[in-house]
Amino acid sequence: MDDAAPLILARHLTKRFGAFTAVDGVDFEVAPGEAFGFLGPNGAGKTSTMRMIGCTSPISDGELTILGMDPRRQGADIRARLGVVPQHDTLDNELTVRENLIIYGRYFGLPRAECQRRADELLEFVQLSDRGKDLVEPLSGGMKRRLTIARSLINEPDVMLLDEPTTGLDPQARHLVWDRLYRLKQRGVTLVLTTHYMDEAEQLCDRLVVMDKAKIVAEGSPRQLIERYSTKEVAEFRFPAGVQETLDGQFDGLGDRIERLPDRVLAYADDGEAVVIAARDRGLHPETVLVRRSTLEDVFLRLTGRSLIE
Amino acid sequence: MTALRITPMFAFGSRRALRMVERNLLVYKHQWLGLLSGFFEPFFYLLSIGFGLGRLVGDVAGPGGQTIPYALFVAPALLAASAMNGAVVESTFNFFFKLNYDKTFASILTTPMSPADISLGELAWALMRGAIYTVGFLGVMVVFGLVRSPLILLTVPGALLIGFAFATVGMAATSFMRTWQDFDLIQLVILPLFLFSGTFFPIDAMPEGVRLLIQLTPLYHGVDLLRTLSVGVVGPDTLVHVAYLTVMGLLGLAVVSRRLDKLLLK
Ligand SMILES: Nc1ncnc2c1ncn2[C@@H]1O[C@H](COP(=O)(O)OP(=O)(O)O)[C@@H](O)[C@H]1O
Ligand SMILES: [Mg+2]
Repeated sequence: MDDAAPLILARHLTKRFGAFTAVDGVDFEVAPGEAFGFLGPNGAGKTSTMRMIGCTSPISDGELTILGMDPRRQGADIRARLGVVPQHDTLDNELTVRENLIIYGRYFGLPRAECQRRADELLEFVQLSDRGKDLVEPLSGGMKRRLTIARSLINEPDVMLLDEPTTGLDPQARHLVWDRLYRLKQRGVTLVLTTHYMDEAEQLCDRLVVMDKAKIVAEGSPRQLIERYSTKEVAEFRFPAGVQETLDGQFDGLGDRIERLPDRVLAYADDGEAVVIAARDRGLHPETVLVRRSTLEDVFLRLTGRSLIE
Repeated sequence: MTALRITPMFAFGSRRALRMVERNLLVYKHQWLGLLSGFFEPFFYLLSIGFGLGRLVGDVAGPGGQTIPYALFVAPALLAASAMNGAVVESTFNFFFKLNYDKTFASILTTPMSPADISLGELAWALMRGAIYTVGFLGVMVVFGLVRSPLILLTVPGALLIGFAFATVGMAATSFMRTWQDFDLIQLVILPLFLFSGTFFPIDAMPEGVRLLIQLTPLYHGVDLLRTLSVGVVGPDTLVHVAYLTVMGLLGLAVVSRRLDKLLLK
């Protein structure tokens, strides 16, 4: 482990809305330069956690230290060093693309000339230089996301908080965003992000926690999590409509573990090919068979039991 | 001797509030026409009621008992009413919209700006706009020969004070609003204030009880303040008006400063 003091330290961090507990006593820490992720389904409490870290939502219980400071007393000082990309774009629709960046820099108290210089640089970085004079509204979802990322960088933050940075974007737009985030990471910016995309977590995160129903259920690097909670490979069997329901018991003992989803059966094993052969020997005739490596999706399935036949 | 320490009743906002003004200036660079509307409202009222109706009414008794044309009687009242209206619209409907639906405030809160900075900035901006309208309206009064005293220049800070008082109380009220329906209540308060605060006719015309009641309401003080300044007849009443509106504004601010964090930081 890194012996540098953690940038973010949460102990028993809790967020309540009235009687409802959105974040239930979670512990985590984020080291400098790390890309740290919260992976979890909708409603897990990711945004609530991020907003507490962003000092825009008071914590209900527990302890939270960000950059060595206390959000309850030093919120403004902390926010001055954060770059926030909220889940839903909050661009200023009454201003142009470039003005959005400049005025945001002004909120941080930067001199006007410096804001202009950084705005042009950042527009370049997110490939929006030619849209600087346009209003925000006609931009595509991907462009707005990139602009939001540029905006969050105007104060040259030490930590970026990215809440579902690519949700709702098409694959090309996602890859462009990932590429920019990857560059930031290489520059040493600490990234804290939430996602419910397993591939995003695998692509971007050095380390992540899996969140479900307001709690953290596992923590580790993507590889560690897969090793710990899944097998090396997975064999996926799809059957013609109506057939899967008739196969009760016939998968028992194939591989280390079987997961039955509504549309397919997953057999977890270190040697997927061997499982496929064994299935064939048992006289099973799937429509399609796919052997693949385990992903965080499998980890999540294992940890939460979710998306089992419901 | 112990040093005398003055503890403020509330700490509210910082110089960062000016950034909100800066933002609004940027916005209005794109939609400067929107700025004009606030000027035309009192101007049209003045043409229609001051001069149109004034022709039927003739001269009336103004402050200090001097006889003045009806247009001069009604013009400062229209100015006061429009300062109230502008402040109320801005601090209730618009403020509620920005609090709950517009994402602009939410995005600004992720910077070092605090809810108090934002509110104070919005307040400052509303007042600045009000000051521009007031100066424009005074220009119209000059053109129509409705100037009797250099004290009329004091209607600019006077109108600002009215705007301040109504805007902070408006924000305070908005901080308790839950739905758009709640705003019907505001109209229910504003309209009678507009009509019966000595705006269009002297409150002496009212029965004694009603008159005393009117003297307790804020727009009456605003109207009479601007009217006495316009005509150049100032006295102890003027101070009472100023004191009333100042206290009202500070009370509003005190409530807002206690409620805003709760509203914006959930
Ligand atoms: N302001 C709020 N008031 C009441 N409940 C809320 C509020 N914000 C979030 N919640 C609830 O808290 C839970 C977690 O929400 P959230 O943190 O947004 O989850 P996620 O980002 O993982 O989807 C949800 O059930 C949500 O409805
Ligand atoms: Mg969320």
